[in-house]
Amino acid sequence: MITAAIVGGSGYTGGELLRLLIDHPEVDVTQVTSHRYAGNYVYQVHPNLRRRTELKFTPVEELQKTDVLFLALPHGKTQKQIETWVEKADYIIDLSSDFRLRDADLYAHWYGHDHEGPEWMQKFVYGLPELYRSEISKTNYISGVGCNATAANLALLPLVQADLIDVSRSIVIEIKVGSSESGASGNAGSHHAERSNVVRTFSAFGHRHTAEVIQAYGLKDITLTLSSVDLVRGALATAHVSVKPGVTQKDLWKAYRQAVADNPFLRIVKERRGIYRVPEPKILAGSNYADLGFEFNPDTGRVVAICAIDNLMKGASGSAVQSMNLMLGFDETLGLEFPGLHPI
Amino acid sequence: MNTNCQECDAGITLESSTEVNEILVCPDCGVELEVTSLNPPALELAPMEEEDWGE
Repeated sequence: MITAAIVGGSGYTGGELLRLLIDHPEVDVTQVTSHRYAGNYVYQVHPNLRRRTELKFTPVEELQKTDVLFLALPHGKTQKQIETWVEKADYIIDLSSDFRLRDADLYAHWYGHDHEGPEWMQKFVYGLPELYRSEISKTNYISGVGCNATAANLALLPLVQADLIDVSRSIVIEIKVGSSESGASGNAGSHHAERSNVVRTFSAFGHRHTAEVIQAYGLKDITLTLSSVDLVRGALATAHVSVKPGVTQKDLWKAYRQAVADNPFLRIVKERRGIYRVPEPKILAGSNYADLGFEFNPDTGRVVAICAIDNLMKGASGSAVQSMNLMLGFDETLGLEFPGLHPI
Repeated sequence: MNTNCQECDAGITLESSTEVNEILVCPDCGVELEVTSLNPPALELAPMEEEDWGE
């Protein structure tokens, strides 16, 4: 049994980490910190955990040493204090965007300011096991993943790994996202009267998660366009890709089969009948699965590649726990077996 | 008897009781396949009735 603590545990990703870790057979969560809620029971902020844990939030100043430290702080905070955090634990998993990128120039370009701990950027491994399983199993420092980046990266994964994409053509990925993506703090745009029933394109170009897709695959001509939809959880990436001349439907099936064969949380959803013929985030709420699908137009060589995830799970806390499992030598799927709900 | 789906190339094993003209469903892509021969084993895409998906 190893010990774990969560810094900044009052947000949605912190709550999801707790939900996963308190049932994890190899982990004992010893502390959860929150400046705002210090002294309150965890369940008072995360009501689904009522009678599942007796933990109270503690001030971060009272953080004790632990085996694994999860950092769920607002973006930009971890990099300022990374030297402090690494004194607290042998293993660090940072769910913020601070150490997702390994290149300081790429970070400055997409975040608009210089990184404050650039010497640490190369020490973190990007925490998406489907891309970096081997590296994750050998490191002590893991970054979290961007939820939109994860949906985009996994939508493209089978095509990239099988080298089927015509990279001379643009790639456009439309991503529809739920409201939990914006975190637990409200703003004018998340006010119910404004957010409910919405279908709102809020980022046509230039979303920061684009950098994580560029970093993963080295694709230059790629655009992520993000739209808010009336979901709480969920992200759906729809990627428009040109494939190389001569690629057939059977080549695509082979590529997708290989991708799911290598990864326990990837599934192909491509049905000819029934209601759920293509990936949908709705049935993935609370699960760590990423459902992949595709359609191919042989007349144009265009593929529409689809990926659905729960943004708080595969797009954040689920991938973090999966990465922890790999880093510590546990079974990769431990604590992540929940299949989701239907109907929901 | 092993053969492959005409749509997605998934491997399909025909049971010993399989008969010619029998309709099978591909376990991977869900397409319906008609058994056109047993020796050698061969499948062809069977016409599928279009369904209204409610859209």
